[in-house]
Amino acid sequence: LTLPENVSLSLPPTSVSPSDRYEVTMPQGDYIEQHRKRHGYRLDHFERKRKKEAREVHRHSKRAQESLGIKGKMIAKKNYAEKAEMKKTFRKHEESFERRKADENVQEGAVPAYLLDREPTNRAKVLSNTIKQKRKEKAGKWEVPLPKVRPVAEDEMFRVIRSGKRKTKQWKRMVTKATFVGPGFTRKPPKYERFIRPSGLRFTKAHVTHPELKCTFCLEIIGVKKNPNGPMYTSLGVMTRGTIVEVNVSELGLVTPGGKVVWGKYAQVTNNPENDGCINAVLLV
Amino acid sequence: MAEMGKTVICQLIDTEAIPLGNPMYIPQQAGPLQLTELANRFLNNKEKLPYAFYVSGEELLVPVGTYIEKRRVSVEKTLTIVYRQQAVFRTRPVYRISASIAGHQDAVLCISFSPDGKQLASGSGDTTVRLWDLNTQTPMFTCKGHRSWVMAIAWSPDGKHLVSGGKAGEICCWKPKTGELDGSPLKGHKKWVTSISWEPVHLNYPCRRFVTSSKDGDARIWDISLKKSVTCLSGHTLGVTCVKWGGEGFIYTGSQDRTIKMWDVTHEGALCLKAQLKGHGLWVNSLALSTEYVLRTGAFDHTGKQYSSPEEVKKAALKRYDQAKGKCGERLVSGSDDMRMILWEQSVSDQPKMHLFGHQKLVNHVSFSPNGQWIASASFDNSVRIWDGITGVFITTLQGHVGPVYQISWSPDSRMLLSGSKDSTLKIWDIGGRKLKHDLPGHADEVYAVDWSPDGESVASGGNDKCLKLWVG
Repeated sequence: LTLPENVSLSLPPTSVSPSDRYEVTMPQGDYIEQHRKRHGYRLDHFERKRKKEAREVHRHSKRAQESLGIKGKMIAKKNYAEKAEMKKTFRKHEESFERRKADENVQEGAVPAYLLDREPTNRAKVLSNTIKQKRKEKAGKWEVPLPKVRPVAEDEMFRVIRSGKRKTKQWKRMVTKATFVGPGFTRKPPKYERFIRPSGLRFTKAHVTHPELKCTFCLEIIGVKKNPNGPMYTSLGVMTRGTIVEVNVSELGLVTPGGKVVWGKYAQVTNNPENDGCINAVLLV
Repeated sequence: MAEMGKTVICQLIDTEAIPLGNPMYIPQQAGPLQLTELANRFLNNKEKLPYAFYVSGEELLVPVGTYIEKRRVSVEKTLTIVYRQQAVFRTRPVYRISASIAGHQDAVLCISFSPDGKQLASGSGDTTVRLWDLNTQTPMFTCKGHRSWVMAIAWSPDGKHLVSGGKAGEICCWKPKTGELDGSPLKGHKKWVTSISWEPVHLNYPCRRFVTSSKDGDARIWDISLKKSVTCLSGHTLGVTCVKWGGEGFIYTGSQDRTIKMWDVTHEGALCLKAQLKGHGLWVNSLALSTEYVLRTGAFDHTGKQYSSPEEVKKAALKRYDQAKGKCGERLVSGSDDMRMILWEQSVSDQPKMHLFGHQKLVNHVSFSPNGQWIASASFDNSVRIWDGITGVFITTLQGHVGPVYQISWSPDSRMLLSGSKDSTLKIWDIGGRKLKHDLPGHADEVYAVDWSPDGESVASGGNDKCLKLWVG
């Protein structure tokens, strides 16, 4: 009388099958499998299995909440990684359901066809704010990048030059800061000149930065407009930090709304030229 | 001899160096008027046509005697005077803004008047094409349909269709009377459309086909009634920057791969590459045909005549085309990034006829005058240069702009040239006197597109300041 294998009986069978007479040692899992093959599963096996798996979620959560120290942190890290991964896959699935139009946003900065494919050149904006300029002029106040500068003392600005046969006369002064003299400058007769402006400290060009375009041009100086240390220094043409100079901007190609070409603009010196050997300035737009 | 007064021997020749009559003695008091009468008499013109006279490249505005004294030309030699026919009508120069119309939300990229000069269309970076009413100088229609910037715009030569190309490569056809989109946007190009050109009226009326060029390297021929791409002209390895449909039925495409290809398109659409014009060292930026103005305006001319039947229209257009073609055939000039321009005479040979040197920076836009006698070129070196349209000889440089000159446009009578530049001004130049006639400031930012209406009444300009300006005389 042979019984089908997956039928379970209340009594274990007494007979031993011939195949395992010689296999006394087996790995543990194999014994379980062997038993399952011979006798089948418990009646409630699948039910119990399902319920245990359902409870697993709660067990995991309890463990994650109650774990302390490094163990808790490791569990939390792993949980977070899984959560992020899951979110990504959900989003991916969502996307494929909808058929959306490829909606490229209209970009800024429209240029005609002949300017596409070319590097964008720096566009100095046209002086379109004549109203703003007029308002500023009325107020009499100009916004400058450096409103306050350290005042320069006279003994720092000038060095006393002794002259005369016994070198006792001390009425001459030599300027120790950068100066601008202009193209048609001729010295006064040396016997009578009180202020000496050494040619090594005379500058004709300044490195002027346009504040909006953020690019620097080397422009010629036309004149010194105002030195904050005093009118005497302005008339001498001394350029220290904070001095307003007028520069030649014809190479920028600026045009007023009225159609006139702008060739001179003010700029403020931002460095100490006597220390650096060059004049850096910021254009006042 | 003393009773006759001082005389000088003169020989009149025309622009193609064909002499008119024999050398004759002309009194030195004779000025342009008397010479005009002479020319009219010799040519047996029924109505008196105006002529301009040039001695060694310079226009003769004073009596011959004064000219000789000034230049110290010897009286013993024969003085050759070149005569050019001028347009019968005169366009008034524009000098003031008549309207500054806001409406676009982004920079205005392209502007075009319709061939009869009655309608104006502009394309902009805000993806709309707008039609403007010239009588009231207000916006008329806003045509929405593009997904991206409108890069090129073109009217059909009969004025019935308006086509625009966008940055995403789509082509939209519009009904100018209502401002509605005609059908749906035509797809085919993969990158932006660089230019559009219609088939000439004298080849095919009513106008159906147009060709568009794109950055993706091919040019496509579309049929507006079938609403699809008929043929694709591929062959260029880099983007095609400009395309022109010539009067003989050939299509010229200029590309960034430094070549210009000439395509022969028969009526059914079968095409073959007829010729490849090589000569430039860098990108070809712009092409111009000597008959371009006539092809653009079709059967419309300064008389404003309306034709009733298609045959009449075709005949009138053909007559205008033959007149513009002249004896030397259709000439092509191309401007490139390598600062040179080349004048091609394709009917004669595939080799360049003449290299036009002189610009210091790249040449952005070239254009023949409506009568085909002059070539104007706009360059990034802030100057506009004028060259002879038949021989390619350099005539003069027009300096005045302080920024790169972007686009130029001729007045319909070929006497004036309009240029728009990055420095936000437009300038009108007098060709006869070779100097600046009017300065037109007013834009707040770069001027991207200019156009002179074919009836000469007004000029439209648009740029980065989003404002369309109309100028009148």
